[in-house]
Amino acid sequence: MGERLLTVEGLSTHFFTYAGVVKAVNGVSFTLDRKETLGIVGESGSGKTVAALSLMRLIPDPPGKVVEGSLLLGDRDLRTITDEEIRQVRGNDIAMIFQDPMTSLNPVLKIGNQIAEAIMLHQDKSKGEAWRMAAELLDRVGIPDAAKRVNQYPFEFSGGMRQRAMIAMAISCNPDILIADEPTTALDVTIQAQIIDVIEEMQQAYESGVILITHDLGVVAEIADKVMVMYGGRTVEYGGIDEIFYNPHHPYTWGLLGSLPRLDQTEKTRLTPIKGQPPDLIALPSGCPFVGRCSYERPECRDQWPQLEIVGPEHGVNCWIPEDERREARATLLHFQEYAT
Amino acid sequence: MSLLEVKGLKKHFPIKSGILKRTTGQVYAVDGISFSVEEGETLGLVGESGCGKSTTGRAVLRLIAPTAGTITFEGVDVMAASKAQMQTLRRHMQIIFQDPYASLNPRMRVRNIVGESLKIHNIGTEAERKKRVFELLETVGLSIEHAERYPHEFSGGQRQRIGIARALALQPKLIICDEPVSALDVSIRAQVINLLEDLQDEFDLTYVFIAHDLSVVKHTSDRVAVMYLGKIVEISDSAVLYDQPQHPYTEALLSAVPIPDPTTERARQRIILEGDVPSPANPPRGCVFHPRCPRAQEVCTTAMPALVSTGGDAGERHEVACYFPARFTGGVRSVANQPFGDAFPPASV
Repeated sequence: MGERLLTVEGLSTHFFTYAGVVKAVNGVSFTLDRKETLGIVGESGSGKTVAALSLMRLIPDPPGKVVEGSLLLGDRDLRTITDEEIRQVRGNDIAMIFQDPMTSLNPVLKIGNQIAEAIMLHQDKSKGEAWRMAAELLDRVGIPDAAKRVNQYPFEFSGGMRQRAMIAMAISCNPDILIADEPTTALDVTIQAQIIDVIEEMQQAYESGVILITHDLGVVAEIADKVMVMYGGRTVEYGGIDEIFYNPHHPYTWGLLGSLPRLDQTEKTRLTPIKGQPPDLIALPSGCPFVGRCSYERPECRDQWPQLEIVGPEHGVNCWIPEDERREARATLLHFQEYAT
Repeated sequence: MSLLEVKGLKKHFPIKSGILKRTTGQVYAVDGISFSVEEGETLGLVGESGCGKSTTGRAVLRLIAPTAGTITFEGVDVMAASKAQMQTLRRHMQIIFQDPYASLNPRMRVRNIVGESLKIHNIGTEAERKKRVFELLETVGLSIEHAERYPHEFSGGQRQRIGIARALALQPKLIICDEPVSALDVSIRAQVINLLEDLQDEFDLTYVFIAHDLSVVKHTSDRVAVMYLGKIVEISDSAVLYDQPQHPYTEALLSAVPIPDPTTERARQRIILEGDVPSPANPPRGCVFHPRCPRAQEVCTTAMPALVSTGGDAGERHEVACYFPARFTGGVRSVANQPFGDAFPPASV
């Protein structure tokens, strides 16, 4: 892979609310290289979006605060640079595509205006030039008739086109890092395929690193190079894409994979759901947040968060179950028998 | 006899504008669809947003009045039923809604939500009804102490279980499941799917399963109907449909679904459709899919093809509405040598 763009270590973001402290992100570490795609997978409330927003210092303070960790962009620490500097980082170095393109575009400004704004802010361009660039960008992300479309308002765009416009805006200043937060969740499946295509194309063209936040393991399998699985604000497992899918070590990862109905399955098998309900983020156990839902629970799980265990090249897991027992347990699961060797 | 038989169902919503609220157009939400559901089977309805799948579900229960068409449930004409007949019919036809947050009254306790229909239909005494509510809660995997709580005290998956218990209360024969798992997280989704499957076995239920997620529909349904812009474009046994899709839209839809397996994904060739779904207020002339169709030819712009048997492995049960279905792969796809004469409009059109 290419040069290292981002190194995050021990990131913790907490929200201090009247009901108690919500530990939304709790000691999360990851890295991102140029041209690499990192998938962050987890269910609602697992902290994946908060982790991404922390990078761009977009956590509302109060109640939220990045309480720990270092966020290195090259050699700059995103936690300590000034507000002026972080404004330069946003858009220029790190850009973000949000889940819902309708609520993240300004409904009363023309699309061109919204894209040109970012260009004028970060680059020394006149208004006319910026608008011309905006039209070119729309064309690049596959919006037909871009010169006309640039003068339209968001309501005149369909959901898929709005997401394309968001991507155009995100790539307008050629950022090193592109964060896509559930970019296709609000879209239909045929439109989802188009948008994923555009993101991949833009990544190739601009050689950026992409952080893809999603709950859809299918999308991850399609475009990610490596995966971080989050649960209850913690990273339970991370690793290369094949490692996570074919050699998963954490019971939660097994559970996720077992819960999915698959289109390519010929026989009708019963799904293996994860029992129980997602945890209450205010009352997380001091140990592993997956306790109570895990079928392999041990006494130590409840009180102490396990150390990171390296199980392969670029593959780590946080789990108290010893490795040999884990392999045995996994081999008994129906949906992993084919990878049991 | 099929449990449910729908023929030529149409639902057009008027578009009103101006101060006089004159009707200036129509949204063709459902535009002439026919299907039947046999007792004990699950029929999946799939399609993208705006294709009319939810409207179909609601029209079948007469929750909205259809514009045209006939609906027959156990031989009884649902459209012609009187108010009293409708009440009896409703005991046998229930619905589970998509959004477990919006479909439960926040001011009612769970026992009242689940027991309301029993009360309306005057079933049993107060004590018997209470007992029945407890039974129902246990059937769907909740416990008795949940009965006194309010919906906000539950998570999304638990709320969906309450909605399922409510639908089961009157021991219905048919349940319309309108996107019952779309709002749920992956791990919870599997729980609810398994629950619905168990209930089907236990109570001999018939489902119409509406969803946009093709992998969920494949998993749950015996037969699947694919909808696009208010029309059924293809209908078949689930395994056959996924194995040998005939309609270009079905092909594209299937190929667009990512499969959670990196090796498979790397090897896959995707069909990416151009453009967006047209507005149902102004559907394209001819075949509704032709503006996005990779196989469209001139005949496709003339009239919507009829839904006819493909003559494939599933025989009569596999029907497709296309002039150029996939089975016809060899040679040029030309009008002259296409074998599905029935699909073509009469010469006068």
